[in-house]
Amino acid sequence: MTLPLSIDQITAHYGTTKVLEDLSLTVGDGELVSLLGASGCGKTTTLRLVAGFLQPTSGAIRLGDKDLTRLPAHGRDIGLVFQNYALFPHLSVKNNVAFGLKQRKLASGERDKRALEMLDRVGLAHLADRLPGELSGGQKQRVALARALVIEPPLLMFDEPLSNLDAKLRVDMRVEIRQLQRANGTTALYVTHDQEEAFSISDRVAIMNSGRIMQLDTPETLYQRPANKFVAHFVGFENLIDLQVTARDGEMVHAQTHDGGKITLSQERLGAIPDAFVLATRPDGLVVTNDASATGLPATLGMRTYLGRAYQYQCQTGAGQLIANGSLATPFESGAQVTLVPNPDQCAILQPE
Amino acid sequence: MATRIHPLLILMTIVVYIFLIGPLIIIFGASVSDTTFLAFPPQGLTLHWFENIWEISAFRRTIVTSFQVALLGTAMALLIGIPAAYALNRHRIQLPGWLSTLFVLPILIPEIVIGFSLLRSINVGLGVPVFFALLIGHTLLVLPYVIRVISASLASFDFSIEEAAISLGSRPVKTFFTIVLPNVRSGILAAFILAFITSINDVSVSLFLTGPGISTLPIQILAHVEQFFDPTIASVSVLLMMLTIIVMIIVERTLGLTAVTK
Ligand SMILES: Nc1ncnc2c1ncn2[C@@H]1O[C@H](COP(=O)(O)OP(=O)(O)O)[C@@H](O)[C@H]1O
Ligand SMILES: [Mg+2]
Repeated sequence: MTLPLSIDQITAHYGTTKVLEDLSLTVGDGELVSLLGASGCGKTTTLRLVAGFLQPTSGAIRLGDKDLTRLPAHGRDIGLVFQNYALFPHLSVKNNVAFGLKQRKLASGERDKRALEMLDRVGLAHLADRLPGELSGGQKQRVALARALVIEPPLLMFDEPLSNLDAKLRVDMRVEIRQLQRANGTTALYVTHDQEEAFSISDRVAIMNSGRIMQLDTPETLYQRPANKFVAHFVGFENLIDLQVTARDGEMVHAQTHDGGKITLSQERLGAIPDAFVLATRPDGLVVTNDASATGLPATLGMRTYLGRAYQYQCQTGAGQLIANGSLATPFESGAQVTLVPNPDQCAILQPE
Repeated sequence: MATRIHPLLILMTIVVYIFLIGPLIIIFGASVSDTTFLAFPPQGLTLHWFENIWEISAFRRTIVTSFQVALLGTAMALLIGIPAAYALNRHRIQLPGWLSTLFVLPILIPEIVIGFSLLRSINVGLGVPVFFALLIGHTLLVLPYVIRVISASLASFDFSIEEAAISLGSRPVKTFFTIVLPNVRSGILAAFILAFITSINDVSVSLFLTGPGISTLPIQILAHVEQFFDPTIASVSVLLMMLTIIVMIIVERTLGLTAVTK
C-alpha cells in the first residue's frame, strides 16, 4: 500500500527564526519528488516535519487521508534513509533490517525471513551476520535502504543519501534506489543539493531557496522553462538581461536594453513575449560574432578561459557583465569589440521581478 | 644512526618512576612487616596486619559503609547523570552553552566547601540521618564526573540513529534503552569506575558528613593514624590499592581500557 503525501502551507521555526514559510507540496501516489537547493535552505527541516521530529508552527501534513500533523514520529510509518546511514552499530545487519518488523510484533522466524529476503534484493544477503562497522559506505547505505523498505512504508524519505559516497558509486546507487522505488511503487520524497542527481532520479523536482519552493516541475520544464530568475540562474541561465519591446512584426519581436542594445527574437521558439521581460540565456545561448551587421548586444571581451569544448568569455556590455561561449575555431582576443547574438534554443523568457 | 636518548631524560624518567612507585613499594613492604610499627624494609614476614583489619570492628564497619555509600552513591549519580547528559547532548543546539558548564562546576569548588555546605544544609538544616547525608554528599561529589564522562561518550553518538529507530516504530523511551544506552555502554562503565573510585577514596566531603557510629574507611584511617602507628594502616592502604587494580583488570578484560579512555 502506498499513499500520496500532501504538505499544506507549512511554516516552521527553530526558536524564533523562521526556517520554512508557507510551504506547500504534493507528492503523488508512487511518485518521486526531490527537494533541491543549497545547504541551509530548509530541505532537511521539511523532511523532519514530515517524519514528525519537528512540529510546524502552522499548516498540515497529510498522507492519503490520514492527518499526520499531530501524530508522534513513531506512529507515522515512514521509511527514512539518512546521509550518514544511521545504522544501529550494536546490531547485526540482519537485525538492523529486522528492527522495524520487531516493532510491528512479528514473530522472530518471520522477521528473519523477510529481513533476509530484503537483504537479498539489495544484494547483501551474504553479509547478514556482519556488524555495520565492517561494511563499506555503499553497503551501509544498501542496508539502510533495506531497513526502510522492509516495513513496506507508504512513504519513503531520503536525506542526501548519496552524499557520503564516491562519485561512481553515487551514480550506481541512485539508479538502484530509483529501480527499487519504482518496483515497489512507493511514494518518495528525496532531498539532495546535487542538481544532476535530482534531475536524473525524480519525476518532479522542487527547487528551494531560503525556506520556500521557487518552482516545482518536471526536470525538463525546470531546465527549459524556469519560472523565475532564481530558478533560471540555478539551472544554468547565467545571463539575465532586462529588455523592453520596441516593435512587433508578426512573430518577430524587437527589443532593447536600457542603454540601447538591440535584440530580435522570434515568438515561435520562445512563446509569447510580454512588453517588459527578462531574457535568460546560458553561456552557450549567446553567440559571439564580429560580423558588424548582426543585431545584438555590443560587447568588449574580457578574460578568456578554455573549457575543452569551447572558449568562455567574460563580456562587458551596457547591460552588465555577461558570460558567453565562443567556438574553438574562431578564438577572439581579450579586448576585442564584438556583438552577442542570442540563440533561442538556449534562452528563456521571464517576467521582470 | 639511531637517535641516542639524552642521559638526562633517562635520569628524569627514573626519578619520576621512583616517585610514583616508591611509596607503593614502601607501603606494601610495611604492610607485611613483622613489627608493631611501620617499618621499611620489612623485618620478618606476616599477614597479621591484614587479619587485624577485620579484628578492629571500626575498620570492618567502615569498609562496609564505604562500599555501600560508593555503590549506592554511584548508582544514584548514574540515575541522575545519564538522563542529564543525554538531555544536554540531545538538545545541545537549543540549550545555552553555560548549562553544561553548570553541571561540571562542582569540580571547581573545593570539596571541603561542598562538604561543609552540605553539613549546614542537609545534616544540620534538614536533620537528615547521617548515612543518607553521606549518600547525598557522595552522589553530588561524583555527579559531575558522571555527567562529564557520559557526555563525552554521547558527543560521538549520532542522534540520527535514534531517529531512525523512532521512524521504524520504536517509542522514544524504549529507543533510549534499546538503542542509545547500548551504544554508550563503555562511557557508562567508565563513569561508574571513576565515580566509584572517587567516592571510596574521598576524605573531604565525608569528613563533614560522618557522624556518631557511621564513618567511611578513609576517615577511619585518619582516626586510626591519630592514635596508632602500626602497620594496619599500610595493609588497609594495600587493600584499597588492590581493589582499584582488580576493578581496572576486570574492565581491561571485559572491554579493554581503550574503550574506557576513549
Ligand atoms: N536544530 C536547529 N536549530 C536551529 N537552527 C537550525 C537547526 N537545524 C537547522 N537549522 C537552521 O535552519 C535552516 C535550514 O536548515 P536545514 O533544513 O538543515 O537545511 P538543509 O537541509 O537544506 O541544508 C538553516 O539555516 C539552519 O541553520
Ligand atoms: Mg540537510
